[in-house]
Amino acid sequence: MSETLIKIRGLKFSRGDRVIFDNVDMDIPRTGITAIMGPSGTGKTTLLKLIGGQLTPDAGTIEVDGQNVHQLKTRALYALRKRMGMLFQSGALLTDLSVFENVAYPIREHTKLNESMVRQLVLLKLNAVGLRGAMDLSPAELSGGMARRVAMARAIALDPMMIMYDEPFTGQDPISMGVLVKLIKSLNDALNVCSIVVSHDVYETMSIANYVYIISAGTVVEHGAPDEIRNSHSEWTKQFMEGLADGPVPFHFDAPPLLDDLFAGSGKRRA
Amino acid sequence: MIYLLDRGKDVLNAQLDRIQGLGRSTLAALSRLGRANVFLIDVLVGLTGMLIRPGLLIKQLFSVGVQTLVIIVVAGLFVGMVMALQAYYALVDFGAEDSVSVMVVLSLLRELGPVITALLFAGRAGSALTAEIGLMKATEQLSGMEMMAVNPIERVVAPRFLAGVISMPLLAAIFSAVGVLGGYLVAVELLGLDAGAFWSQAQSKVELFEDLGNGMIKSLVFGFVVSWIAVFEGYDCIPTSEGLGQATTRTVVYGSLAILVLDFVLTALMFSK
Repeated sequence: MSETLIKIRGLKFSRGDRVIFDNVDMDIPRTGITAIMGPSGTGKTTLLKLIGGQLTPDAGTIEVDGQNVHQLKTRALYALRKRMGMLFQSGALLTDLSVFENVAYPIREHTKLNESMVRQLVLLKLNAVGLRGAMDLSPAELSGGMARRVAMARAIALDPMMIMYDEPFTGQDPISMGVLVKLIKSLNDALNVCSIVVSHDVYETMSIANYVYIISAGTVVEHGAPDEIRNSHSEWTKQFMEGLADGPVPFHFDAPPLLDDLFAGSGKRRA
Repeated sequence: MIYLLDRGKDVLNAQLDRIQGLGRSTLAALSRLGRANVFLIDVLVGLTGMLIRPGLLIKQLFSVGVQTLVIIVVAGLFVGMVMALQAYYALVDFGAEDSVSVMVVLSLLRELGPVITALLFAGRAGSALTAEIGLMKATEQLSGMEMMAVNPIERVVAPRFLAGVISMPLLAAIFSAVGVLGGYLVAVELLGLDAGAFWSQAQSKVELFEDLGNGMIKSLVFGFVVSWIAVFEGYDCIPTSEGLGQATTRTVVYGSLAILVLDFVLTALMFSK
C-alpha cells in the first residue's frame, strides 16, 4: 500500500436519530483504486460528501493530503476541492450548458487560459472518455452512461489528485457498465491518481479495485485486497459478495411467527 | 375507576402531545427563519461576484424581468381601464367626472401598480425561480458546483436575487404607465371626457415624491422580499418532486401574503399625516 492520501479517524456521523457512521477508521492510498462497498443506505455517498467537506462529522477527523478538511476556512477548502474530482450518481451536469461548456466550466472558473487553450484541453478530456463527437450536444440529449462519462471528463478537467466516483455503475446497461469500468481503470492508470469508487456492484468493482473497504451498519466490516475479501471467512461478507438472499442479513423483516400473526384475527395491526 | 383513570391519562397525554407538537413546529419555523436570514447575508455577500461577471446578471434580468413583461402590460392595461370605468360611474353622479384621471393615476401609482405587479411577479417569476433553483438542487447541480470549488450562492442565487430586486420597480413603473394609458382610452376615447382635463387634473394632483416616489419604494421593498423568499425556498427545498412542488407553492403563498402585509405597513408609514 502506497502513501496515505486520505486518513479517516474515529469518524462519527448521524442524521437525526439514525447513526450512519460509528467510529470509522480508514486509510486511502495516494494511488490506485480504493473501493468502498456496502449495502444500500449504509452512507457510502455520505462518506464522499464528508471527505469533500460538504457535510461535517459529529466527531472524528478526515485528513486529505495532510489537511483536516473540516477545520479549513472556506477559501482553503475551495482550494483543496480544486484538487478533488467528483462524479455524482446523476452526473450533475449543468443543464443550461452544452457538453463542451460543461467540461470547460471548471477550467474557465479556475484558470486564466485563453480560449484556444481551453478548447484544446476540453477536447483532450472529452477524447479520453470517447465523447469528443458529442461536444455540441446538450445534457438532455445524452444517455445516462454518456452523461456520466461527460461528468468524468469534467471531473478530470483540472487534473485532480483524487477522483471520487459515487455509484458509477448503478442503472447502466452491460455495455455502458463495461465502458465505465474500463474508463475508471484507464483514467486511474494514466493519471496515476487516487480513485475512490463507492458502489454495491460487487463484480465490476472488485475487478478493478486495488483495495476494498466493506462498510455496513456504520462500521468497517472488512478491508483488504480483493483476494483477501473474496476468501473472507466472515458470513456477512460472504452473503454480500455472493448476493445470497438469506444469511446474517435475514430475508424476513423482524416479525412474530407467521402462525401467531395469522390467528391474531380481526385484521388489526399489531400494537 | 381504573377505567376512568386510564381515560384521564389518555386525554392528558393527547393534550401533552398537542403542546409538544406546537412547540416543535414553532421551533422548526424559527430555525427556518434563522436559516433564511443567514442565507440572505450569504446572498448579499455573493452579490460582489457580479462585479466580475455582469453577464450572469444580464441573463437573469432577461428571464426574470423581460419575460414577465407581457403579463404585466396586459394586466396593467385592463386594470387601468376598469379603474377608469368604476371611477366614472362613481363620480358622474356628482358631476365630478373630470377627476377620473386623478383617481386612476393616484391609485395606480400608490397602490395597484406596486401591489399587483408584485403579486403577478410572485406567481410568474418567483415560482419559476424557486423551481429552477430547487431542480438544480435535486439534480445535484448545486452540490456539483460546490465540489468544483464554485460557490453556488454567488453563481446561481445572487444573480437571480438581484435581477428580481432590479426588475420589480421597473415592471411596476411599466404597469402604472400602461394602466394610465388604459384609463385614458376608456375615459377619453370611450366615455368622451375631455383629454385636456384628463391630463391636467392628473398633473396638478400627482406629487413626484409623495406618490411616484413612495410607489417606487414600495415596489423595491416588494422586489427584495419576493426575490428573497423565492430563492430561499428553492435553495432550502427538500430535493424531491413533492418537496419542490411544496416549495413553489410556498413561494407564491408566502410571497403574496408578505406583499399584502408589507403594503399595509408601508402605506401607514408613508401616507399618515
